[in-house]
Amino acid sequence: MSTTTPTPPGPLVERPATLKAATLPRWSPLAVALGSAAVAVGIGLGAGLHSRIQWGLIAALLFIAGSYALAVAVEGTRQARDRLATSLVWVMFLLAVVPLASLIYETVQRGIKVFDVYFLTHSMGVLSDEETGGGIYHALIGTLQQVLLASVIAVPIGLLTAIYLVEYGRGKLSKVITFFVDVMTGIPSIVAGLFVLSFWILILGFGYSGWAGAMALAILMMPVIVRSTEEMLKLVPNELREASLALGVPKWRTILKVVLPTAIGGITTGVMLSVARIAGETAPVLLLVWVNPLINTNPFEGSQASLPLYVYQQYAAGTDASYDRAWAAALALIGFIMILNLAARGIARWKAPKTGR
Amino acid sequence: MDISSKTTARPPVDDVQPVAPVDKAAARGATRPGDRIFLGFSRGSGIALLAIMAAIAAFLTYRTALALADNTGNFLTTFEWDPAGSSTGGKPYFGIAVLVFGTVVSSVIALLIAVPVAIGIALFISHYAPRKLATPIAYVIDLLAAVPSIVYGLWGALVVAPNLTGLYSWLDDYFGWTGVFEYNGGAPRSLMTVGILLAIMILPIITNVSREVFLQVPKMHEEAALALGATRWEVIRMSVLPFGRSGIISASMLGLGRALGETIAVATVLSPSFLINASVLDYGGGTFAQNIASKFNEASEYGQDALIASGLVLFVITLLVNGAARLIIARRKEYSGANA
Repeated sequence: MSTTTPTPPGPLVERPATLKAATLPRWSPLAVALGSAAVAVGIGLGAGLHSRIQWGLIAALLFIAGSYALAVAVEGTRQARDRLATSLVWVMFLLAVVPLASLIYETVQRGIKVFDVYFLTHSMGVLSDEETGGGIYHALIGTLQQVLLASVIAVPIGLLTAIYLVEYGRGKLSKVITFFVDVMTGIPSIVAGLFVLSFWILILGFGYSGWAGAMALAILMMPVIVRSTEEMLKLVPNELREASLALGVPKWRTILKVVLPTAIGGITTGVMLSVARIAGETAPVLLLVWVNPLINTNPFEGSQASLPLYVYQQYAAGTDASYDRAWAAALALIGFIMILNLAARGIARWKAPKTGR
Repeated sequence: MDISSKTTARPPVDDVQPVAPVDKAAARGATRPGDRIFLGFSRGSGIALLAIMAAIAAFLTYRTALALADNTGNFLTTFEWDPAGSSTGGKPYFGIAVLVFGTVVSSVIALLIAVPVAIGIALFISHYAPRKLATPIAYVIDLLAAVPSIVYGLWGALVVAPNLTGLYSWLDDYFGWTGVFEYNGGAPRSLMTVGILLAIMILPIITNVSREVFLQVPKMHEEAALALGATRWEVIRMSVLPFGRSGIISASMLGLGRALGETIAVATVLSPSFLINASVLDYGGGTFAQNIASKFNEASEYGQDALIASGLVLFVITLLVNGAARLIIARRKEYSGANA
């Protein structure tokens, strides 16, 4: 049904040298890409466009139009449309990589300026916004304590809920829980913060503290842990459970001694990813922990600081020195989260459950 | 879970003594004290999760009722946010009209940008990328999701926004007559900038969910299309996209849920104002979450209640959006399960 072969079926002597329709060489997309990038730079320089975003857009448009026109000329419309879709998909992908690359590049480049041992081991103290110096020690302590407390609340509840859903739940209750866990994943972090604010601070009358922030973070953490643990428990082969039960081991010991150890790698990964997620949350911390430029090692009493909050606060201060500190703290935060992410994935690969029959 | 079905078929091992018959309830294991305690704990945790959701709704509603009792403005249609009553002689006067406008406009912009790009990336990973590259690329997209929103905010305010003046002037030159793209200079910290930033932030979730659905497309459908001589694009248009339509819809709704509730990145980038502006490039508007974050520090206890009231609206909206998205996905699962 190919419409691209232009030669009509003629007598044998006129058979074309090849049955394949004309195709562009494999290097043609690369050539078009380079060509359009060069032209875009030329246009950008010639017209005096300052924004590099515009340069990129012009290059992308030129690339799409160029490869389409070339394909229409050589291969026909259907192939051309296919190439158009291919180049659009590639452009979409590059569009997504550009912000990530720019974000990481800018954070590292601007953050490295004041990022040193002094920055990591000193608090802000009574430093004013215009002064240089100061550090994130107090914020690091705050973040670590709040995340730890949140994990202490969320991990047991999350794990047990997942165990209930996978090992016990068959009735209506488990369906309801599954649905609300899914919905809970989408709760905006600020709403979790408002909830703890309304019941812990406004109604029960406690003050702002790291603990209050940790409770809100725990609410955000639970559904993530339930979901990932559930997936992992489902991967544990049923034969293991059956073998253990057949030996007369009670179900609860089967779960603790057979099912959980088998899935522990994946569960750890899920917990670490959820920690990485809440470590970067600013909104609930902003509402519940307040801001403290001094070191406070007691999360249950008095306001604390936290790393994301520190970035926000230094940004809001709006001086050159505070911008530098904000970027350096952002670098520390990204570094912390990326390390957690990489470690989590490493563990997942290292301890992957063996699902083979 | 299917304990009975497979084990019975195996031949009995000789040297195991036959055990005395036990009654059925004991055999199911739920009567041993350890089992009962463990089941109690795990079921209790599940119920605790439900209780937390209920408590969130209950406490927010209670504080909202306190706030609305004294509000002299109409909560839904008032354009000001003045719970302290500084301009009305001590009478609270606030409403969410501007916040609804800003939240909807910025989220719609984010969706308009993010959905096509995300579908493109999902197709790229599932159908276009070289086999060896697909996993690392999916990982790069996951990295986008791992970046904390405050870092997005910092980057958006100090790196992206200054670079957008050129684009906005250009839009103003050519599309300014529509009124939507009017730009009067000044720092580009408008709803459009917020929308662009939100688009980047919700890209990973839309991409991941759509990719999952695209990978579920039955191989037979694609191979049938290929056998008929379809090009790769025709395969996607005829078999992949129709199959994945509901998945794309629910993915977009999950992304919408994220965009609606995003707080700190918006609070960092946007210059909020309580004026509604037809142009998305100029100042004007605010979002629910951003308003809470920016107004919280100077709010009195009553002011905090007023912010909680707006938070309740946000909670209900995201609940509806997320719930609907999950219902669509759940139906899809059953469908594809029957198809496989």
